[in-house]
Formats: sequence, structure tokens, C-alpha cells
Amino acid sequence: MTLFRKRRKIFRIKKRLNRSFTVSFLMFALLAVFGAFMALPLVYAINNAFKPLDEIFLFPPRFFVRNPTMDNFFDLVAIMGNSWVPLSRYFANTLVITIVGTVGHILLASAAAYPLAKYRFPGSKTIFSIVILALMFSPHVTAIPNYMVMSWLGWIDTHLALIVPAMAFPLGLFLMKQFMEQIPDALLEAAKIDGASEYRIFWTIVMPNVKPAWLTLMILQFPMLWGTNGGNFIYSESLKTLNYALEQIVLGGIARAGVGAAVALFLMMVPITLFVISQSSVISTMANSGIKD
Amino acid sequence: MQTKINHQPTTGSIYQAKESRLAKFKKELKRGKHYYILMAPYFIIFGLFTLIPVAVSFVLSFFHFNMLEFPNFIGWDNYSRLFLNDDIFMIALRNTFIFAVITGPISYIACFLFAWIINELSPKVRAFMTLIFYAPSLSGNVFFIWLIIFSGDSYGYLNGFLMSAGFILEPIQWLRDEQYILWVVILVQLWLSLGTAFLAFIAGLQTIDRSLIEAGAVDGIKNRWQELWFITLPSMKPQLLFGAVMQITMAFAVADISIALAGFPSVNYAAHTVVTHLMDYGSIRFEMGYASAIATVLFTLMVGTNLVIQKLLRKVGE
Repeated sequence: MTLFRKRRKIFRIKKRLNRSFTVSFLMFALLAVFGAFMALPLVYAINNAFKPLDEIFLFPPRFFVRNPTMDNFFDLVAIMGNSWVPLSRYFANTLVITIVGTVGHILLASAAAYPLAKYRFPGSKTIFSIVILALMFSPHVTAIPNYMVMSWLGWIDTHLALIVPAMAFPLGLFLMKQFMEQIPDALLEAAKIDGASEYRIFWTIVMPNVKPAWLTLMILQFPMLWGTNGGNFIYSESLKTLNYALEQIVLGGIARAGVGAAVALFLMMVPITLFVISQSSVISTMANSGIKD
Repeated sequence: MQTKINHQPTTGSIYQAKESRLAKFKKELKRGKHYYILMAPYFIIFGLFTLIPVAVSFVLSFFHFNMLEFPNFIGWDNYSRLFLNDDIFMIALRNTFIFAVITGPISYIACFLFAWIINELSPKVRAFMTLIFYAPSLSGNVFFIWLIIFSGDSYGYLNGFLMSAGFILEPIQWLRDEQYILWVVILVQLWLSLGTAFLAFIAGLQTIDRSLIEAGAVDGIKNRWQELWFITLPSMKPQLLFGAVMQITMAFAVADISIALAGFPSVNYAAHTVVTHLMDYGSIRFEMGYASAIATVLFTLMVGTNLVIQKLLRKVGE
């Protein structure tokens, strides 16, 4: 009875905390203004893709499309067939790089995260602190020696140069390890008593239990690879990526502005759709993302 | 006689202890065999493309090396040239600090603030707003849209808007005028900066133990600011630390946006950063030794700042 009354009282306090009207109003105004700031360029990108050419070059420029048309997409398909390297080739390259890189990253990072999350063995702590340290600097630092390693391996001008380093990004391993720590030890012990090997435990027990983390690694890795323009590594035209093609179209200037907008929309929508699908899994993984003492 | 008997087992036991420690270590290594095998593929790649490059970069920074001739050792010359003789590097360093000091804290606070406000919404609206704020990070290189907004002619959206509203009479060269370049790049950087940290904060806020908040209410927490300071922030500490690492690293690594918007090199180096300076010497001039010195300075900046901020943030709520 007293407990019940206490609960109700707490509930009332909680309500009052939330009810300060001006503060709430200010907060939501803030949210709306900055939400608009975040969304406007994207809304613009979507609108642009459906604008007929004369609307793209209207003065004064207009934000929203008036007579939406699919022309840009038809032009895109036409260009795909006509250019020296068909656009579908760029698309296939991007697809291969993205899928192999992302799947490989998830597999390798999970395999490495499992022992680090669940066991203590010589070197385990040192290895993990090195991974945290690697989060603290950007890949730019290692760009030059990376290029040397690539040329030593003979990977320049191959997709391997983009795919393989992406498999070992430290952020994925870090998040996966933090997520795996919450798998109950009893589950693993039971499997061990049944005589399962470490590899079997990893594959049949640990992996199915960390599906949300797979999706998270995918969401973090996918846009990076999907948006790559090949950097300094790819020279052959037939190996270049879709984003590179987009940059060329944008640089190509006025005549292709509509097609550029269509490609941009396509490049943008794929990762966003993936995020919409996987959002709840991503959030549940991120809950374990903290750096603990 | 007696002493000898006593003596014998002691030495034996010491010897044995030594032996067993080594044996224990070996046994542990052997027990961990499977773990090392599981970790091997990842860490071979990690070593090859992250660890070895950092070491190589450090070593190369003491050499003169242009990819053609054999590297020759020149001691601290690269560093002294960098800090004493390279005016452009000083501009780059200054710009990098401006970027980091502005975008780092603002984006970090924005990540938390918006995550905190969004967290009070109903689940469906929350999911939608999360998407809106995270979408720029997802859409990657689509930031060239800002090129059209800040375009220097009257077709640029901002110019068009300002001109038709009567604020300006002539279009402003947003991306060619030294006065504005840096600020435009900062703005776009901020637009892109609600990334991994933002997601981590949203997740962290959702997992805060409700009973803690209820207990706090009983203990006399009066308003949401107190709740924030005494309950929310301390229970999110791990996420706060993680988010800080993400944002700081990002704040020091401004380069792609600067190149895409302001060009490379930008007008009078107005948006030149340490990273673009590194690219200049590494992939255009092929002065690898000198570029490695820049990379080492960048590494020190990033890791140093991160470690200091980690120390500070651990004090939150204590």
C-alpha cells in the first residue's frame, strides 16, 4: 500500500519535472530548427533529382520541385549504355567493394572480438588497449606507409587495396567486443561441457547472439566503402567506383547536372534505407559502446 | 646435518617455482592457442595497415626519402624545417586548431543535447528524429550539395536567397573569399558531425536505469538540470568517454570537406589543414620523410588530446 502511494508520488514528481512548459517549448524549437538544418540539404538533393533541367537552372533558384519528372533517371540509364566505361560497371565495382569489405569486416572483427571479450590470456589486455588507441587517430596518419605496404604487396590498382584494410577498422572490433561481453558465460560453459571446440562455440553460439552488432558494424562500414572514390589506389577506369563517376559527372558541369542529382540520390538512399531497417539493432549495440575503466 | 636437510628443499622449491611460472605461461599460451588463431586474420591486417604504418611513419620522419633514392638519415631536420621554416604548415596548424576547438566541443555538446531532447520523444518520433540527425553522416560524400548552396554566382542558393531578400546586391564568393571559407567548412563539418557518438548517446540514454531516476526523485532532485547532472551524466560516463574519442578524432581530421568545398589548395591556404598539408607533401610532392614528420605531428596531436580529454571526462559527476 505504502509502496503504491510512493510510486504515485514519484509519478507526479516525474510529471512535474517534464512539464516545465517554456523549457520544453524551447527544446523542441531547438530540435525543429536544427532538424531542418540537418534535413534541408538532403531534401534538396531529393528534389533536385526530380527537377527537369530548366528548373535546375532557374533564377532565383527554387528549393522544391514544381513539375517532377523522371527524366534524369532515364538520362542516367541512357548514359549508362553509351559511355566508354558503362555506368553499370562503376556500380558493380562499388557493390563488390562494399559487400566483400563489409562482410569480411564483420567476420574478422567478430572472430577477433570473441576471445578478447570472453577470455583472459597472455596479451589480451595489451591488445585491447592498442585497439582503443587506434580509435584515437584517423587513417590519414597512416596513409603514406599504407601506400608503401600496398605497392609492396602489389595491390595498387586492385580492389584489394580498398577492401582488405577496411576489414580491420578498429571501431568495429571495439563495438563487437563490448557487445559480446554481455553474452552469459554459462552459455559458453555449457557448450564446452558438451565438447564443442572454440571455433564451434564461436560460430554456433556467439555469432547468432550478436546479430544486432553485425548490423551495427554494417551501418558503420557500409557508407564508408559505398562512398569511396578509390582514393590514390585505383587508376584503371574499369576499376573505379560509382562515387568517382559521380564526382566526374559533377565536375562535368552544367549539361549533366540532372544526371548528377539522380546518381547522388541513389548513392544517398542506399545507406539511409539500410539504417532505417537496422536502427533498433544499432541502438541496442551502441548501448554497450562505452569505454569502461 | 640439520641445516643441510633444511637447505635442500628450499632451493628446490625456489627452482621449482621459477620453472612453474614459465611453464604456466607456456601452458596459458597453449591454452590460448585457439584464441590466437581466431584473432589472427584481423590482427594480421590490423598490424599491416595500422600498427606497422604508425611505426614506419615515425621512423621515416627522421629520413629524407622521395620513393626513388635510398632514404638517408637526417635526424630532426624534418621537424625543425616543419616548425621553423614552413609558413604554410603554421597556417595549417592554426586552421586545424580553429577547426578542432570549434567543431570538437560544439559537435560533442550537440550530439549529447540532441540525443537528450530526442530521448524524451515517443519511440516512433524518436526513431524518425534519430534518422534525420544521423542521415548526413550516412549519406557520405553527398556534401557536395553544399557546393550548390554556397556557389559563388547568383545561382547559388544562399546568394539567390540573400539577393532576392535584399540583404546583398552582388553575389558573395563564399568559397573563394578568405573571409568566409573557413566558416563555411566549419558549418558543413558540423552538419556532418552527428555520427557514431550521437548514436552512442541515444543508446546510452535509453539504457539508464529508471529506478535510479525514481530514487533521485525521492532523494530530492528538483528539476531536469539536476537530474541531468547527478544521474544522467554519471550513468552515461562510458558512452561519454567513447563519444569524446570519436568527436576529437573527427575534429582533427578535417580534410575531405575542405578539399571538396574550398579546393586543394584553397585560396591563400584559407582552409588548409594539417591533413591537407600531409596530402600535399605525401601524394603530390613525394617528400615522404617530410610528410611522415607531418603525420607524426598529427598522430601526437590526436592521441595527446584524446588522452587528456579522457582524463578530464573521467572526473564528470565525481
